[in-house]
Amino acid sequence: MPELHFPWMEASVILPLAGAIWLHLNDAGDKALRHAIVICAVTLLLTCGELLDFLTLGTFEAHEHWPFLQAIFRKDVFVVDELSAFLLPLAALIYFVTVISTLRTKAPRFSLKLMLVSEAVLLATFCCRSSWTLVVLLCVSVVFPYLELQKRDRCTRIYTLHMSAFVVLLLSGFALMTLVEPGSNASLTAGALLTGAALLRSGIVPFHLWMADLFEKGTFGTAILFTTPLVGAYAVMRLVLPIAPSWALQSIAILSLITAVYAGGMALVQREARRMFCYLLLSQSSLVLVGLELVTPIGLTGALCLWLSVGLSLTGFGITLRCIEARISRVSLADFHGLYSQMPLLGGFFLLTGLASIGFPATVGFIGMELLIEGAVYVYPLVGTMVVIAAALCGIAVLMAYFRIFTGRSLRTHVPMRARTSEKIAVLILSVLILGGGLYPQPGIASRYHAAMELTRLRQANPLIANPLIQEWSHGSPPTSHQTVEHP
Amino acid sequence: MTLTETLFFVLGTTVVASPAVLLVILGSMALVARPLSESAISRLTQAAVLLSLLPSLGILLLMLILGIRYVPIELGDWVSIPQEEFQFHLKFVFDRLSVPFVILSCVLCGVVGTFTRRYLHREEGYGRFFLYYAIFFCGIVLSSLAGTIETLFVGWEMVGLSSALLVAYFHERENPVRNGQRVWAIYRLSDAAFLIAAITMHHLTGEGDLGGLMTSGVWPEGTAAVTSGQALFVGSLLLIAAAGKSALFPFSGWLPRAMEGPTPSSAIFYGALSVHLGAYLLLRVSPLLDVSLTLRLLVIGLGAASAISGAMMSRVQSDIKVSLAYASLTQVGIIVVEIGLGLRYLALIHIIGHACMRTMQLLRAPTLLRDYHEMENQMGERLPRDSRTLTKHLPNRFQEWCYRFGYDRAFTDVALDQWIVGPFLAVFRWFDRMEHVATDRLSHESSRESDTIELHPESSGRAA
Repeated sequence: MPELHFPWMEASVILPLAGAIWLHLNDAGDKALRHAIVICAVTLLLTCGELLDFLTLGTFEAHEHWPFLQAIFRKDVFVVDELSAFLLPLAALIYFVTVISTLRTKAPRFSLKLMLVSEAVLLATFCCRSSWTLVVLLCVSVVFPYLELQKRDRCTRIYTLHMSAFVVLLLSGFALMTLVEPGSNASLTAGALLTGAALLRSGIVPFHLWMADLFEKGTFGTAILFTTPLVGAYAVMRLVLPIAPSWALQSIAILSLITAVYAGGMALVQREARRMFCYLLLSQSSLVLVGLELVTPIGLTGALCLWLSVGLSLTGFGITLRCIEARISRVSLADFHGLYSQMPLLGGFFLLTGLASIGFPATVGFIGMELLIEGAVYVYPLVGTMVVIAAALCGIAVLMAYFRIFTGRSLRTHVPMRARTSEKIAVLILSVLILGGGLYPQPGIASRYHAAMELTRLRQANPLIANPLIQEWSHGSPPTSHQTVEHP
Repeated sequence: MTLTETLFFVLGTTVVASPAVLLVILGSMALVARPLSESAISRLTQAAVLLSLLPSLGILLLMLILGIRYVPIELGDWVSIPQEEFQFHLKFVFDRLSVPFVILSCVLCGVVGTFTRRYLHREEGYGRFFLYYAIFFCGIVLSSLAGTIETLFVGWEMVGLSSALLVAYFHERENPVRNGQRVWAIYRLSDAAFLIAAITMHHLTGEGDLGGLMTSGVWPEGTAAVTSGQALFVGSLLLIAAAGKSALFPFSGWLPRAMEGPTPSSAIFYGALSVHLGAYLLLRVSPLLDVSLTLRLLVIGLGAASAISGAMMSRVQSDIKVSLAYASLTQVGIIVVEIGLGLRYLALIHIIGHACMRTMQLLRAPTLLRDYHEMENQMGERLPRDSRTLTKHLPNRFQEWCYRFGYDRAFTDVALDQWIVGPFLAVFRWFDRMEHVATDRLSHESSRESDTIELHPESSGRAA
């Protein structure tokens, strides 16, 4: 396996961890936020370095040699491939723009130490492929929002219930998978358990209540950081996609499709901006899952493109809402606020990111959405059109939110509400990426298509997928009760 | 590439690039919060319009001199995945349909741009208006010249977004904003139909090229390369898209709402260009109509219903802009009927004539009373009252019903609200309540902090 020229991944994981320890040991006071920004910025640069290094290698996957982690884990615990190579900078960017757009007055409520640790865990998760390390990291990642909810004296029952189920399903599913013969009936059970875990983490209906609850009770920053990188989709890619037969995945795609439409409709009836954002994110992340579960090259490419687009655009949308909340408290959508005259830049950015999230032309999500619709209609000629309906509902919700927050009345106040320099930097970075990716999409699409083809090839190499009878199911209907699966 | 081809390529690219450059300049200035001065915006806009108009005229001249009826401008693939036969081809077509329409668009955009320079002078939203105008201008040029259905869709979406934002231009008041939201909602749903049609066309013809629909010939002589059933399916979806964009029956309810925007935008969108875009789409895919008689009847029926309802509604309005908007609807309905009957050249001429006249009327609308005074002063007497002798012979009850029909906007808004929007929202509000109950039970307490958030001080009556 080719090797990266520098241990980018390990460095990008260790740096936030070291940063968290630094913040813990040194009571930096007002400077803590500045320190956190610097740490996140350097981490982002490291992940960008990893991406550039990986691209120069021109390979599907690469690993790195550094004695630090090899002493703890076995060789190749951190491997980057065409899927994760782009996700690492995306995750680091999400953390960077979130922390840079945090107002100093709000910093005490938003635990910077926990944020840095969670960043390290997330980056480590995206560096791992199907292994116990990945499973453990996925389990660990759910602890941070729990700690925050407890710290804020909020009820954790809903979150705990869902995440406990996630952890149990994940651990039992992976344990079963490692114990049984690949391609056996038991491995299908293991796949079902892992699928259940991934769907829970992704918030697929009816297991989505924890998401809205987290947005209600947690800080907006933590909720954004926990949901926008789409870790549930990553779990599907690493744990479910390689082993699940096509018919099973395509059946789950229907569930994701229903979630996308349901969440799109729910976004329209919310009376508060955070909840609206939560359902908008749920709808779009479900569309990503739809693409992944279609298991066609076009659908998979569309999903991988949309993944990046959702990560960029909805993070931007979320941090704009967060900036507004920092100024006027929780934002009601039941009435008009007329904030445009006070914060025109944030208004424009809110509209841009909202439109990008629904795949508006010339933004980063447009081609991804086209590919996804094409893939969905190809597999399900009629049901696939629900993707279009979901996108239409989300589009209506986005403009409704824009109108409610930024227009409708003339707000004149002497309190300055304009975007601060750090917020402007976050806005500008995301805008450039959203528009740049939208106007010049070919390199991104080609890279995602290549990744999709490689992932499909790896999937085909799995004995369970290669099983002729299961292959037959994947092109037709599931087996009847008298049919049995022959072990290879 | 011969000299003529090179000339066509350079001119064609300039036509398309000019509005895009305008949008990039105005958009990036807004993004970095460095607004340009009014005069700079105005000059840039005029230059962009001229740089689109003059090359278009040049192409028309060359086509007439050389006797060429079809000039494709291939800018290559914007995106392509050759292995999957997926491509987003940037192709623009200059033919007997697109050339008149793009020239019309440039002329009217230029007129309205110049008019707006004075009309919105020193308005707070001057720059915002021209940014939306640039989105519209770019969208309408892309839609007019699109050689593939995907390119057409891009332009179509840009026109839709700019329309909704311009309706809500006076955004310090609630009413224009609510109307903008409604326009956007209808556009999104009709755009969904368009997108499904585009994807279906991809599957049927293996490409998104609008020329792929035809087995031979160029507009208007081409014949469709699909079966009757396929033509009916794709054509019906495109008809929904066209009905949404052109405010045809039963989507005509948004048309008077759109008049909340500033007069120049009303003139250019709802009097001249945007309202004709649906008819233009039907003209562009008109070979489909030849394949399916049912589709043709649907088009004629929809056009006739829109024309009749538009005529009834325009007669009972008390606002001149709304009255003109419904008069536009009547004409667009007639144009759609003409398209259904296969009178394509007539429909195209009708579009051009109607768009020019309606723009003039709408731009004069703010000074209507003054114009009437001047005319009466010149005549030395009151203007003659309109005497509709035919209506006098109709039964009173029928006249009253017609009045109610017109006044209530053909009951379409009420019907859409009552039968589609209302039930839809009711279902999702029920789901929301159920989620609320479920989370409350799981939490053993009230789970929604957002229930207690405060409304805006003005909404809750706490404003000073």
